[in-house]
Amino acid sequence: MADTKAKLGQPKSGLLLDIRNLRIEATVFPPGEPPKDIVLVHDVSLTLEKGKVLGLIGESGAGKSTIGLSSMGYGRGGVRITGGEVILNGRDILKGGKDGFRKLRGREVCYVAQSAAAAFNPAHRLMDQVVEATLLHGTATRAEAEKRAVALFKKLSLPNPETIGERFPHQVSGGQLQRVMTAMALCSEPDLIVFDEPTTALDVTTQIDVLAAIKDAIRDTHVAALYITHDLAVVAQVSDEIMVLRHGRLVEWGGTRQIIKEPRQEYTNALVSVHEIEHQEQKPGTSPFLSVKNVTAAYGRSHIKVLKDVSVDIYPGQTLAVVGESGSGKSTLARAITGLLPPEQGTVTFDGRALANRLADRPKEDLRQLQMIYQMADVAMNPRQTVGTIIGRPLEFYFGMRGRERDRRVAELLDKIEMGKGFSDRYPAELSGGQKQRVCIARSLAAKPKLIICDEVTSALDPLVAHGILELLLELQKEENVAYLFITHDLATVKSIADSIAVMYRGEVVRYGPKGKVLSPPFDAYTDLLLSSVPEMEIGWLEKAIKGRRMASAGN
Amino acid sequence: MLDIKRIPIPALIGIVLTALFVLAAVFAPWIAPHGNGEIVGDVWEPMSAAHLLGTDNLGRDLLSRMIYGARITLFIAVLATALSFSLGAILGFSAAVFGGWFDTLLSRLVDLLMSIPTLIMGLVVLSVLPTNLVTLILVMGILDSTRVYRLSRAVAVDINVMDYVEAAKLRGEGSGWIIFREILPNALSPLVSELGLRFIYAVLFLSTLSFLGLGVQPPDADWGGMVKENKDGIVFGIAAALIPAGAIALLAISVNLVADWVLNRTTSLKGGRG
Repeated sequence: MADTKAKLGQPKSGLLLDIRNLRIEATVFPPGEPPKDIVLVHDVSLTLEKGKVLGLIGESGAGKSTIGLSSMGYGRGGVRITGGEVILNGRDILKGGKDGFRKLRGREVCYVAQSAAAAFNPAHRLMDQVVEATLLHGTATRAEAEKRAVALFKKLSLPNPETIGERFPHQVSGGQLQRVMTAMALCSEPDLIVFDEPTTALDVTTQIDVLAAIKDAIRDTHVAALYITHDLAVVAQVSDEIMVLRHGRLVEWGGTRQIIKEPRQEYTNALVSVHEIEHQEQKPGTSPFLSVKNVTAAYGRSHIKVLKDVSVDIYPGQTLAVVGESGSGKSTLARAITGLLPPEQGTVTFDGRALANRLADRPKEDLRQLQMIYQMADVAMNPRQTVGTIIGRPLEFYFGMRGRERDRRVAELLDKIEMGKGFSDRYPAELSGGQKQRVCIARSLAAKPKLIICDEVTSALDPLVAHGILELLLELQKEENVAYLFITHDLATVKSIADSIAVMYRGEVVRYGPKGKVLSPPFDAYTDLLLSSVPEMEIGWLEKAIKGRRMASAGN
Repeated sequence: MLDIKRIPIPALIGIVLTALFVLAAVFAPWIAPHGNGEIVGDVWEPMSAAHLLGTDNLGRDLLSRMIYGARITLFIAVLATALSFSLGAILGFSAAVFGGWFDTLLSRLVDLLMSIPTLIMGLVVLSVLPTNLVTLILVMGILDSTRVYRLSRAVAVDINVMDYVEAAKLRGEGSGWIIFREILPNALSPLVSELGLRFIYAVLFLSTLSFLGLGVQPPDADWGGMVKENKDGIVFGIAAALIPAGAIALLAISVNLVADWVLNRTTSLKGGRG
């Protein structure tokens, strides 16, 4: 800890934020039962010095956002702060009442939300929103505030800093919007900024730019920050200290180096070592069972081709990973293969014969052989059907199974995905995120397909849960000899699951081959960018990665 | 599965009142003390032991008239609402699922129907067609189904783009399964809340038509018709017209209390078992 302090070269100063025995509760209303209070945060204490960055990390439901927001006295969605003290700049803000909060928020503490796209008002120009808090608190005139904002745009390396403020939120990209939001938070020169997963929704190649911009801005303005994320590698780049939380309780709190190099708690250790699945690459077989040949596709009658002359092969029982940033055409490739988007040119051959281009023209047997798992398991299952119906329907539909035979097979499948028979009567709303994704896996397995298309299946999950899903997928591949087309932007996932890899960039396959070959040098410029953008759990990685890049990312 | 103790009090009140109306309607000939068209006393007699609600403008027993009126009112309103919902919802869902020219054609047709005020449309059609129960129900049901169509199409368009519907399409499911098993259960909440309202609108619409003389024809009368028959009495301080009017209001409230409760139960994504 002492060494990081010295490295950042910040003036030694006093305590800024001191949270003592914070206790946060919420009332839940289970239908048919009397409402009851549940404790979300159990007596958590933390301190933050001026100009320092504390990373709050944990899986979803750990209470990290709740604690972060409590530093501005805010409880989201009916959450109540019922105990403890939040001392900011020497006074307990919880005692200040509504007026106190109003003076505090946007002046002393500012907030950067996860989804800038949802947090900006689409009807107002960016500049008006960036300077709003400053003007409301009357700390600067409009001209001053706008000058400050432009300087911040420059510091955050936004394009056209002089004029970007005149645009509307939909006229800038996601990564830029996230940086504008950071400028908004910095504009009123607060003492503390709460960053709530600011880069989680961004591509790796964009994330690195935003991360670097945030880090520079924090250093230059000497603002303190709470940085909330579930990605340890990201938090390791920006924070001086890390606090690990689980179920609203403190697990471990220490310097960044100590947490990632010498975790003392078992749970922290699990978080640190999560990405390591050893997967031996299989040699491609003699003949692929599914080949995509020179496929070109576009949405509507548009001239912009989303897929350009794409060719890939999939071998029985193996995994082809398709990697690329958003907009590179990965999901469109899946839609072309499944027939949801008929290609304009090119063919998809399956078992030596051409598949019909349109979904409606494909026989049931072809549909059965190609199954799909979606990114958002919540919306991929009908919320009004029980797990038993969801898994049982493909059995009825493809194999005509009924009654007891069907129930037996559903139980078998539930067993395969490591969930008990009792889940059969549950509704999706009664499952956790990981369980939902498992049910989706069981649904696709029920059809006994040759190929399952996995579209970002682990992106919406916590790292530990995602790890479990990947292991399950590998296990099932061994048992059922099913092939996967695995779409992802996460290269760590690719390393653990793929046999061959196709790297896509703006609709084209820029690099394609067996895993070992694709992931070893020499790299083309884009693959290099992609590989070097994956955060590593190593202090100083960010600076090294930025310096070593050969091209700027497309979507920043 | 349904525990009476767990039904909230407003819903219970709604259920009891609605049940009373329905029972009165079903068993009208056995409950009513006098016949529907039977003249039993003087004109506009006040409430008494012999005539609990007094008599109407022709000296018929008002209570008996109310009970027979419930029968006609509920019968027509229920059938018209059922017609408008099945027609509107099925067409609306189909338009959302099939899209393209089918959707355009239906939607424009519905726009066309809706651009003419319902009451005027109803008056014109009913004054041309022979006035009997079947035409009345058909006209009311079809006119009302345009509203249901709009609602169910809007709801289904949103549901149709969900991943689970795409998953069903990828599985190769037919439109029947997609409409009735994937979309309908998820569209039920807005539809049920609309159902409560639409039923009441049907009662009111029927009353309006009868009041204007185009609905149920004498000597039969629904409640709206009875308001009309007795309206002149109000000038003389006779409350006979207010009784059927009150019955309409009471029915409206109690049906909606029940609809709200059903709505609460159907919104639960956990099968209503908490």
